[in-house]
Amino acid sequence: MAIDLTTETVERSETTVFRRPQLTTGFWSWITTADHKKIGLLYGYTAFFFFIAGGVEALLIRIQLSGPEGAFLSAAEYNGLFTTHAITMIFLFVMPISAAFFNYLLPLMIGARDVAFPRMNAVSYWIFLFGGVFIYSSLIFGTNPAPVGGSLPGGAADAEMLGSIPNSGWFIYAPNSGAAYSPGTAVDFAALGLQMLGVASLISAVNFIVTILNMRAKGMRLLRMPVFVWMTFVVALLLLFSLPIIAIALFMLTFDRQFGTLFFVAEAGGDPILWQHLFWLFGHPEVYILILPAMGIVSETLPVFSKKPLFGYPAVVFAGAAIAFLGFGVWAHHMFASGIPTVAQAAFGLSTMTIAIPTGIKIFNWLGTVWGGKVRLSTPMLFSLGFVALFVIGGLSGVTHAVVPSDWQQTDTYYIVAHFHYVLFGGSIFGLFAGIYYWFPKLTGRMYNESLGKWHFWLMFIGMNLTFGPMHWLGLQGMVRRTWVYAEEAGLGPWNMAATVGAFIIAVSVGVFMVNWMYSKRRGRPAPDDPWDARTLEWTMPSPTPEYNFAVEPVVTSLDDFWHQKYDEDEEGRAVRKEKADEIVADLIYTNGHPDREIHLPAPSYFPFFVGLGIMLIAYGIMYHTKPWGIPLLAAGAVVTVAAFVAWGSEPLEEIHDEDDHGNGGDGGDGGGHGIETHEPPAGAVLSAGERRA
Amino acid sequence: MADLAHGRDEAPAHHQLTGIDNRKLGMWVFLSSEFLFFGALINNYLLFKGRDFGPGALYPVELYDIPFTSISSFVLLMSSLTMVLAHSALARRDQAQARTWLFATALLGVVFVSGQYFEFAEFILHGLKLNVNPAASAFYLLTGFHGAHVVIGVLMLLVLAFKSVRNGSLSEAEGLNVELVGLYWHFVDIIWIVIFVLVYLIQ
Ligand code: HEM
Ligand SMILES: [Cu+2]
Repeated sequence: MAIDLTTETVERSETTVFRRPQLTTGFWSWITTADHKKIGLLYGYTAFFFFIAGGVEALLIRIQLSGPEGAFLSAAEYNGLFTTHAITMIFLFVMPISAAFFNYLLPLMIGARDVAFPRMNAVSYWIFLFGGVFIYSSLIFGTNPAPVGGSLPGGAADAEMLGSIPNSGWFIYAPNSGAAYSPGTAVDFAALGLQMLGVASLISAVNFIVTILNMRAKGMRLLRMPVFVWMTFVVALLLLFSLPIIAIALFMLTFDRQFGTLFFVAEAGGDPILWQHLFWLFGHPEVYILILPAMGIVSETLPVFSKKPLFGYPAVVFAGAAIAFLGFGVWAHHMFASGIPTVAQAAFGLSTMTIAIPTGIKIFNWLGTVWGGKVRLSTPMLFSLGFVALFVIGGLSGVTHAVVPSDWQQTDTYYIVAHFHYVLFGGSIFGLFAGIYYWFPKLTGRMYNESLGKWHFWLMFIGMNLTFGPMHWLGLQGMVRRTWVYAEEAGLGPWNMAATVGAFIIAVSVGVFMVNWMYSKRRGRPAPDDPWDARTLEWTMPSPTPEYNFAVEPVVTSLDDFWHQKYDEDEEGRAVRKEKADEIVADLIYTNGHPDREIHLPAPSYFPFFVGLGIMLIAYGIMYHTKPWGIPLLAAGAVVTVAAFVAWGSEPLEEIHDEDDHGNGGDGGDGGGHGIETHEPPAGAVLSAGERRA
Repeated sequence: MADLAHGRDEAPAHHQLTGIDNRKLGMWVFLSSEFLFFGALINNYLLFKGRDFGPGALYPVELYDIPFTSISSFVLLMSSLTMVLAHSALARRDQAQARTWLFATALLGVVFVSGQYFEFAEFILHGLKLNVNPAASAFYLLTGFHGAHVVIGVLMLLVLAFKSVRNGSLSEAEGLNVELVGLYWHFVDIIWIVIFVLVYLIQ
């Protein structure tokens, strides 16, 4: 199928106009980078910044709820805060920090030099960043006047800054989100901002899928991939198939709000329940998008810190895939109170319960992994065990609201809030922190401070249970969600106070983490290259990871290949460290850290940044299209976006000469491949066509 | 230790395990997502088309001009053929022919979109505005998004065709781009066939 036109490339590459940025350090190198590790760090830092923002919002909410008849916030501010808190934590923290892990680790774990489309990767980061900026710009530009003939208790919201951030719940339910009930721009910031974030996620999903399918190291069959890579793959598929649905829903909402269509306006024959279907058809897969990365992380850490292989690797992988698949068939369990037919309720209740089966399989496999192992309770392990414990609680409460009549009592109460915080905070966030500590040495080349790490864990563990544990009984006592005050007589005060105290303990624990991070990154003890006696390929490289990843492309002969290089089995099947293990590791790491030939890295580019910027301008243009400058703004955004893409297309040398286009070509092709490299080498670069280390 | 050379673009040399080029695989993956995008839009229309919007409500169905739309559908179908011809001309390294067929494909796409523009204008003249009722809105959203996809396809085709004019030929990488645009274009065509059948023919 290949179209043979090789003669063209030489001539073309000399006629280009645009010089590509060449920086590898400093501010501009971050703006222009296409290196998956830098992009991973960008994702990580940005996400953490939003984590702080979302955390402050949570604290404000908790202050308001700490006692009955709270007067700290107005109703409008409260609506804005609980909505923006959720949007921030879900879309601006957990998803992007998962993307940070995917970006940084995926190529390392499969032995690749980068992702399949490095610049597209940068595009998705910039669209995400500008999407987050867009949503938060509602602090300044948002408006939230009372609907015609209506008012909010607590006075005009418009006057208050916090009253004009997205305020419709993260689920943006119709008809409340329609133009009639939410006349300001607060909802538009959510609708258009989420659309941008969706585009960013879709791009990275395509990128990761192709990377995993096409770029694994030699010998790494699908069932030799680390579980984390599997979960990345599953999450990418979930994104791929759920994002288009929310995209349509958000388009419909935007059309309703901006161009007067009536999709969700019941009086005009529209269908507000349709919004719920579309939202949760995306929304439930979304919760697995949030949890599977953490599941992948603990599936890496638990075996390492138990010195045992993962118990039932194929079962863990297939359970992950099954959860994802079933996750598309349970969405209406969020709608048991919306009047859907009884048969549908029964069916969705049942399908929801079946999800507990693969979930349970995973939990038993993790327990089996730890069982009988030589457990080291380092910080990553503490967080991993915390993950398992808290996730079990959240999973169990999930099953209780799969029972329809039971859910009618629980829905829209704090019981639900307790459920999803146990799975999201106790699950996702604990798992992610396990990962942050686990890979910290590989990221920074230094060790974090273990005792600060343990302080972080215990404070967070206690704080989290103190905050969300009581919400179970608060909910069962009838405390409703999304309401800014409760009455004195309800008797909900004491446990709410406990929850608020818990929230501040969590805040302290995050502070401890930040101190640890900043201190250890600069002053921490230099990290050994393989500090945990790990199993996956990223630990066969020096710490911190060299810019080019592997100097020599790895070859894999089994699952947990690195482990098998270090360990043998005795007669009883127990792992015994080989006598020469240390030498083997040192050798491997030396080899991977010393390239003896030219290594091609993805070139930096200015244009991904401008694509993100242009798309943000388009979003503002749509929102303000009735203003005289709205359409010009939209046009300007479109011009910037298209120009960035066109300029991108004209950047020097696009051509890919993958020497082994013809399938699984060997390394022998390397020399030939480089022969076609005709671009100007950057100043100072030495092109050595040396042969590969034998 | 060798210095690092920056400059290679998409992923540095690596085997492509599936044997499918990264970018082609990427396009396939992306299109699989697009199926759900249009699936949701079609579903919307089917949901709203039969709703009762009160007396005197105007439905898209009442205004369809099937012969007209059949012709424009035929035009779009033919554009898939010219796309294939462009691709196979390129495989034969017949640059001139490839260029011609690229322009022809773009032209057919433009004819199709013009037809759609004419259809919309006609409908609006008869009072079927975007926001008269959800059935109309769903119709415009579905066919409008499809039209937007055609426009994007036309733009990509024109970029390739003009590159070929400027440089006298298309390079190997651009040849791959022709394949990618081809995949996209066939997808857009297939979606139209589905829309034509489900929305226009089955009433
Ligand atoms: C055993 C697994 C699980 C089951 C059976 C389950 C079941 C449910 C059900 C039935 C609801 C709807 C309750 C209602 O609103 O009345 C719900 C809500 C929710 N679940 Fe789960 N769930 C499970 C796991 C998870 C996981 C892993 C996450 C995320 C990481 C999650 C996040 C949420 C969220 C965010 C909501 C609330 C959505 C909202 O109304 O804002 N759940 N869950
Ligand atoms: Cu759900």
